[in-house]
Amino acid sequence: MQRGTVDIWVGIFVTVGFLGLLFLALKVGSANNFSVSDGYVVSAEFDNIGGLKVKAPVKSAGVVVGRVDRIVFNNSTLRATVTIRLGRQFEFPKDSSVSILTAGLLGEQYIGLDGGGDIDLLVNGDKILLTQSAMVLEKVIGQFLFNKASESGKKN
Amino acid sequence: MRNNTLFRGMILVGKLTIDGVWKIGSASRFMFYVICRSGMTVRRPRLLLDEIYFAGALSLIIIIVSGLFVGLVLGLQGYETLKRYGSAEAVGTLVALSLVRELGPVVAALLFASRAGSAMTAKIGIMKSTEQLSAMEMMAVDPYSRVVTPMFWGGFFSMPLLAAIFSAMGIFGGYLITVVVIGVDGGAFWSQMQASVDFQGDILNGIYKSVVFGFAVNAIALFEGFDCLPTAEGVSRAVTRTVVTSALAVLALDFVLTAFMFTGA
Repeated sequence: MQRGTVDIWVGIFVTVGFLGLLFLALKVGSANNFSVSDGYVVSAEFDNIGGLKVKAPVKSAGVVVGRVDRIVFNNSTLRATVTIRLGRQFEFPKDSSVSILTAGLLGEQYIGLDGGGDIDLLVNGDKILLTQSAMVLEKVIGQFLFNKASESGKKN
Repeated sequence: MRNNTLFRGMILVGKLTIDGVWKIGSASRFMFYVICRSGMTVRRPRLLLDEIYFAGALSLIIIIVSGLFVGLVLGLQGYETLKRYGSAEAVGTLVALSLVRELGPVVAALLFASRAGSAMTAKIGIMKSTEQLSAMEMMAVDPYSRVVTPMFWGGFFSMPLLAAIFSAMGIFGGYLITVVVIGVDGGAFWSQMQASVDFQGDILNGIYKSVVFGFAVNAIALFEGFDCLPTAEGVSRAVTRTVVTSALAVLALDFVLTAFMFTGA
């Protein structure tokens, strides 16, 4: 085998290999997502988090602005404390509210963040007070049936 | 008493166990030698280049073609199933995740074992049976550092690149069949894929997998070649053992790695 041929083919192989890696990293992977370690942390307490998971997106007006960092059970209040990491470039008023929503009918659960009207901004370590728990299907159906029953009770 | 079946069964189990331990021990010692004598590969990069050509560049065609076809099939099957739930755009996510996490590293490693691994075993086995390795020792040339080590590092370096090429070609194949041929929306295809494939969690873990597989397949191929009986039949058996053992090792290791990487959290 000629030296030149080997060199050319190894060159082609290595170049194609790294191009493949680059393609995977830039085109396939989420290169536009900010890194999770960057940003500031706020927490919120929920009565029920439903199926929320760590790393679930936090969206404001439908745009991903952060991720769920940690979920723990607070034994003193008997509620779930969710720690959220928000991107540094996003600023929200102190009286913003968070609610646990579901993407589509069967989709993943995420946190919706609605901005408030306060002049002060959320900073690292703050706690969001206005929260709305996840919708639990059984409870909603139960409530619906209860309302139906009381309606028909009134008619009679 | 000594001839009953149980007694003979125990002898068989004992012999198999001792043989197995013996083989694992000599394989570990072999790999230890190979890694200790890697200095030559650094001093003479030409040898390494030849092996990368042999293991990597010559495997390019089979990797590219099979990656493309795996992607085409995945795209077609994924589309047929996802269509029923009205989420045909998610086919990009399906193709990308299954290729990057599992199929890319595993199928590339299996192809590598049967294309390059078997050739490595045959080469070393024939060098052994024609006493070329002994001749080298007579000339005070260390066969480990002259023959085995460059082969090992060449294959080890090629494996992750081949797996990446396989995944990239597969995703391209999935794109071809679903977007170009069937007509799924291209923007949704890429954006759903990008939204759900994580660089660290999915792509890097896939690369780690292929590094582990590269080590295992190359170590098995070289050891089987070095360990074979120096006869024509011995070499042919060693080649068969290389392919079978590496396939089993890759699949078993894949299960273990997946259990570590993709569960929890």
